[in-house]
Amino acid sequence: MSTALLAACGAEGKPELHWYVNPDGVDTFETYADTCSTDEYDISVEQLPSSATDQRVQLARRLAAEDSSTDLMNLDPVFVAEFANAGWLAEVPEETAEEIMGSVEGQGSYLAGAAETVIWDDTVYALPQWANTQVLWYRKSLAEAAGLDMTQPVTWQQIIDAAATEGGSVGVQANRYEGYVVWLNALIQGAGGEIVGNTEAGRDAEVELDSDAGRAAAGVVQALADSDAAQPDLSVSNEGTVLGPMWTDPGEFMVNWTFVYATYRDTVGQPGGPADEQAFEDLGWARYPATVEGEESRPPIGGIHIGVGAYSDHPDHAAEAAACVTSTQAQVDLALNNGLMPSTEEAYEEVADSGEFPEDLIDLYRTSVDTGGPRPKSAFYPLISNAVQDQWHSPASVDPDRTPQRSADFLRAVLSGEELL
Amino acid sequence: MTGAHVATAPTGGAVDSDRTRAENSLGRRLVLPAVVLMLLVTAFPMLRAIWLSTFDYSLTAPDERSFVGLSNYWTALTDDLFWQTTGITVFYMVFTVAVELVIGFAFAMVMHRVIFARGVVRTSILIPYGIITVVSGFAWQFAFSSTNGFVNGWLPFIGDDFNWFGESMPAIVAICVSEIWKTTPFMSLLLLAGLAQVSEDMLEAAKVDGATWWQRLFKVILPNMRAAIMVAVLFRALDAYRIFDNIFVMTNGAQDTASISFLTYRQTIEQFQLGLGSALSVLLFLSVLLVAYLIVKLFRVDLAAARQEG
Repeated sequence: MSTALLAACGAEGKPELHWYVNPDGVDTFETYADTCSTDEYDISVEQLPSSATDQRVQLARRLAAEDSSTDLMNLDPVFVAEFANAGWLAEVPEETAEEIMGSVEGQGSYLAGAAETVIWDDTVYALPQWANTQVLWYRKSLAEAAGLDMTQPVTWQQIIDAAATEGGSVGVQANRYEGYVVWLNALIQGAGGEIVGNTEAGRDAEVELDSDAGRAAAGVVQALADSDAAQPDLSVSNEGTVLGPMWTDPGEFMVNWTFVYATYRDTVGQPGGPADEQAFEDLGWARYPATVEGEESRPPIGGIHIGVGAYSDHPDHAAEAAACVTSTQAQVDLALNNGLMPSTEEAYEEVADSGEFPEDLIDLYRTSVDTGGPRPKSAFYPLISNAVQDQWHSPASVDPDRTPQRSADFLRAVLSGEELL
Repeated sequence: MTGAHVATAPTGGAVDSDRTRAENSLGRRLVLPAVVLMLLVTAFPMLRAIWLSTFDYSLTAPDERSFVGLSNYWTALTDDLFWQTTGITVFYMVFTVAVELVIGFAFAMVMHRVIFARGVVRTSILIPYGIITVVSGFAWQFAFSSTNGFVNGWLPFIGDDFNWFGESMPAIVAICVSEIWKTTPFMSLLLLAGLAQVSEDMLEAAKVDGATWWQRLFKVILPNMRAAIMVAVLFRALDAYRIFDNIFVMTNGAQDTASISFLTYRQTIEQFQLGLGSALSVLLFLSVLLVAYLIVKLFRVDLAAARQEG
């Protein structure tokens, strides 16, 4: 009998927790899987596909089948509401949950922007591990030639005009995919609006696209698509394709995630990277551009949260392991090894002290996460995202007079199940 | 003679002996487990899809599941997107099969007549078919890319930075090229089998009678391989109607390139709308049946004849 039980628990009689990770920073995840394994359990790392959509589908297929071996998982912030609503995520232990709840009000150790994305229906369902955000990357020489004062907040219109007059370009993510919704959401929030409000009402959420904010966002998309500053592959551009034009003279203004700095630093002298250290010095960064002059921008929030599967055979071990792999030291290591920025104040302090990144860049990241805007939190997020992509793609077809209103009607019909998508 | 006929193929109850009946009954009982298993495996998912299609059901909002009867079918059939994707799918099917028929026939002739390096020629024609569709989709996506592809450089009448995936028509052309490149060898293989059935004597006789090459092609070769052509068209058309991989890889359905299979995938897998997605998959199943029926009826394909001749 005892041998049978032992055999059921694995060869060494110790349960094995499976941790599904996205492919960024796998080496650090593996180190922490080892470090956080204890005498009572081992943690093994399983890799998910690289695109967020594929990660979501793979996890959802496991969880929908009530897979008991999905113990820990890396979740993109937009999956949390959806997965929690489906009953696939275990709640975070009380003490940590209170800490995270408090952080939203600015009274905890987590960055408010990151803490806000792990809460659904007043319950905390995941632990923020690293928090991503977008900033404006640009060539200092290009901004200087165009006479832009980058110490002050700039608007989209300003950078489009500046790039166009100097023969440069503006890099955005406008392929028909989630990255395009990230951009559109930031544009709309930057004008004080939302794609949808009251998202907890599920299918009855209020669609708010048809608003001044929606029209302002459409105006920016149209201005870029019609401008000489648009890149030739605008309608299929993504985080990777926009990296190239930075080092082809005269360069570009580009909105992109935090990985950019480390990428360019590590490709000095290589194809696609800056020619030499001096060229790399020409790389500038500033706060995400404003949609409307005078109104503060709302930079996109990304990153990864660690969730515990609701069907795990070892929920207590998994909760303990989740706390361990999101520890301050783990977050600092992820930032230093992989350029993935932390989600807690303490870890940020340590990363800033390490001297690996310019101090003003670290400050910029931190304020961007804290004042950024999340994408809609809804159990129907994929419907919302796909409906927006459907009506706003391609960028050249966007018209402020028609697109916001048409996409609002379409989104309402899609949410109520009256229209296909 | 008659006795042997009765023993091997009983035609009615009147002539069946007790022994034949007992043997038939034993036969039925022996295959019963296999039939039940088959039904469980094949019929269960279909019945479940039909059942699910009567619900408004999202996987991520299990509490909001509700019975809606046939309303999902109504939603699908009255939606412009459904008909638009069906139209695009039919276009993919007709266009790729037509082009493949012509190129495939030319390849079949080459494979049939080639005298030297026969193995090498045949193998090189068949290679694309051995490549996984997703891989060929990626290969052609890179080929058509405006930044690192070769297609723009090779075509003198378009600019070097032309974005094939930026608009609907060029994107559909790119998808069709990938599809045609991948499956033409299959078409030519089926046609080669048909070509092998055309009697050399008839061709010789036509030549002696003074028929030109074109006359021999249209009066002797093509009529004699009609069954093979029709089977090839039927197989490829049904295959083309389910087009999915190339679209998934090359455009992910953007620029109105989505087919009906892709639409079904997006509803069910990407958006977890199980009710609407199931209704679409039932409609997809019915439309494949309809396409098969139309081809068999319109072109009078005689599958039995094709099998006997082959």
